[in-house]
Amino acid sequence: MTTTLLLYSFIYLAALVCLFGCAVQAIRYARLPLHLRWELYPVPHEEASRLKHGGSYLEETDWWKKPRPFNLVGELKSMLPEMLFQKALREFNRPMWLRSFPFHFGLYLLIGSTGLLAGTAVISLSSPQLVSGLIGTILHFAYTAGGLAGAVLAVAGAVALLIRRLTDKELKIYTTPGDIFNLVFFIVTFSCLFTGYLLRPQGAPKAVELVQGLVTFNTRLAFPLPLAVGLVLGALLAAYIPLTHMSHFIGKFFTYHFVRWDDAPSLRGSSLEKKIAEYLTYRPRWAAPHVGANGARTWADIAMTNPAQGGRK
Amino acid sequence: MNKEKLSLADISKREKKPLVHLESQDLMPLPAPFDDPARTPDWRPLSAQVKEKYECFLDDTCAVSVPQPKSREEEEALVAKFLSGLEKLFSRENNWTFLQPLLLTMDYCAKCQTCAEACHVFEGSGRNELYRPTYRSEILRRLYFKYVQRGGLLSAWQHGDIELNWPLVARLIELSYRCNICRRCAQTCPIGADNGLVAHELRKLFSQEMGIAAKELHDSGSMLQLKVGSSTGMNAEAVKDNIAFIDEDISEKTGIEVKTPWDVEGADILLIHNAGEILAWPENPGAFALIFNAAGLSWTMSSEIAGYDSINYGVWYDDAQFARVAIKHAEAARKLKVKKIVLGECGHAHKALTVIADRVLTGDLNIPRESCMPLLRDIVMSGRLKLDPARNNFPVTLHDPCNLVRLMGVVEPQREIVRKICPQFREMEPHGVDNYCCGGGSGFAIMSPHNFSDWRFQVAGRKKVEQVLNAFRECLDPSIPKYLCAPCSNCKGQFRDMLAYYDLWEQHRILYGGLVELIVNAMTDVKPGFIEWEWR
Repeated sequence: MTTTLLLYSFIYLAALVCLFGCAVQAIRYARLPLHLRWELYPVPHEEASRLKHGGSYLEETDWWKKPRPFNLVGELKSMLPEMLFQKALREFNRPMWLRSFPFHFGLYLLIGSTGLLAGTAVISLSSPQLVSGLIGTILHFAYTAGGLAGAVLAVAGAVALLIRRLTDKELKIYTTPGDIFNLVFFIVTFSCLFTGYLLRPQGAPKAVELVQGLVTFNTRLAFPLPLAVGLVLGALLAAYIPLTHMSHFIGKFFTYHFVRWDDAPSLRGSSLEKKIAEYLTYRPRWAAPHVGANGARTWADIAMTNPAQGGRK
Repeated sequence: MNKEKLSLADISKREKKPLVHLESQDLMPLPAPFDDPARTPDWRPLSAQVKEKYECFLDDTCAVSVPQPKSREEEEALVAKFLSGLEKLFSRENNWTFLQPLLLTMDYCAKCQTCAEACHVFEGSGRNELYRPTYRSEILRRLYFKYVQRGGLLSAWQHGDIELNWPLVARLIELSYRCNICRRCAQTCPIGADNGLVAHELRKLFSQEMGIAAKELHDSGSMLQLKVGSSTGMNAEAVKDNIAFIDEDISEKTGIEVKTPWDVEGADILLIHNAGEILAWPENPGAFALIFNAAGLSWTMSSEIAGYDSINYGVWYDDAQFARVAIKHAEAARKLKVKKIVLGECGHAHKALTVIADRVLTGDLNIPRESCMPLLRDIVMSGRLKLDPARNNFPVTLHDPCNLVRLMGVVEPQREIVRKICPQFREMEPHGVDNYCCGGGSGFAIMSPHNFSDWRFQVAGRKKVEQVLNAFRECLDPSIPKYLCAPCSNCKGQFRDMLAYYDLWEQHRILYGGLVELIVNAMTDVKPGFIEWEWR
């Protein structure tokens, strides 16, 4: 009973740490100052006629007088294959993609199946008739098959990535003990969850009961040790990810939308121009004499100074 | 040292020996006629004097010429300065300009090495580890986690460790000048990390904190431009004299009276050339003047300081210098009350003033700026000029300047023009936003200290040489004149030197030049033969 309570508490705590960690990272990046424009073409929200060759609105004369429609379809067509199938890696680094794609797709299946399972469990508590009968069977099959397939793919992908990291001369130089640990962590966790669930003794809680127990804090449930170990490791892994570069799903949002595809022009009087005006009041402290920064002079003062003519010009 | 054995820790080696040595046979093979490495020019070694005087212990060359410290104390002081710059690089007040993309690159690189496959320097070097885009970045990343994030043992375990000492800093200075900042690597990164930006930010740290930069970019680059108006050294009087001479020459050559307007208040367009064109390729500004006049445009040039030279080398190494020059350009336009600034054929000037300075210029300095390419396209397509493509009936290929194309998205206008007026136009492969840098990007085209030009032709420019040879593969015979159109001054500078280095004009009649020259060459109102098939 106490063990089960501890397990529930641990899972909740880990989920909170994970969410908090991801939120902190996202907020940290969102709060950083707007940077100078540094986009890379093609920018997929460009007009379709220009997108096909990677062009921009700067291909027009007097571009500032013309509308710049946002091509949502173009952006989705670029984003979805990247998010779901790692298009860039497939295109530019096929050997890595063959290992990375199963790993990531396995994770997606696991996350999706967990969501489906959680939804089913919660609905079955309040309106069991909605998830009974054929629908219940289909849902059970979907999250079980999805979860198991996800675990197998993720483990296989992680093993393949690990082997490559350990054997490929070009990768080895850049591989840290932390990178090895991360992959091993995934392999061990999903292997434990997979075998713990499949080999659980008769009478042990099913997946849906586990979630229900978690939601209702049902401490009468007893979990077999291998499955409990898998759950603890899974919780630890979720909490650990935001502390590492494995949270690149957050970074990727910013690198794509806030850097690579950020082609917003600063038009006179725009809100963007106002933001820049604020940054120009920052007071840098770069030490090289030609910069002329002393912590008192603003960025604007410095930019308006001509070091070759000895003062403001 | 054997390239296979290079590790990240080697960067800190105290041994006063280069980390790698390049041999011709190790470099990426070139197509015929250079398929035999013995046919490529010899690489000049650094002199003993240079090795004695400067920090040149990275590879076989030396770009920045940092003097060797005289004592351990001096070394320690330099390392302390580096550390203080490192802190600033990651702070909002000091580096708002690039903090977000830099932090993203530090935090999220998955070290999958996809970037390496896209890098022409890495490929050109025969996959030498030193030039792998992540080699430089990984060193900065480890320094960032160790000294900026103050990571302890756990951080070292997760992110890797590195020993910071003067040899590391000295080598990193040089290594930041082994990247063209073409950002082809960033384009392929699945995460969106940007190793080109890392080279840029390192150069910035060295310049803005330690006062160390390539002399050609700083002393005889941005500083000279801010002092006299142009990095060529031309003041306003000199540039006006030169342009008057060009007008006269072009008038005589074409049979059409050409006069460049100066300081016309209220003109629609302020045209700013890379002033290097005026000295090295005068037919280019001459052709612009002829076309603009023939098209009936209201335009002017400016004799204000920096108003006649679009170069902005700060874009490659120093944000303060970059902003200062961009402001000078905008001030020239404001003074003349023009409706817009149009950039001549200079890739980095395009990117610097049109795009990057977009978030520096505010209020009445925020004057619309555009590329000359769409304007030229509109003129050519409008029928305002009478053009005969038969006058350009020779093989032509088009080089895509990275700054104009991948980094700005100006891809098609120049193509529409060459497709219309050059019957034998053929693309390089790959082209457009997937192009390869000429090897002169990020300032290298104007940098030739010691034997650095050997490196930029043998390694940085190697991929482009391959592309050019392949584009003309069926017509390499010297009886067929060929035109490599490079609508960018720095790219042209690189091609001028590189084609000469590989003897491609003498042996295969490959000439380089700009886009406007092709337009004027096709104009039926102009005396035939505007493009002169002679080396310059």
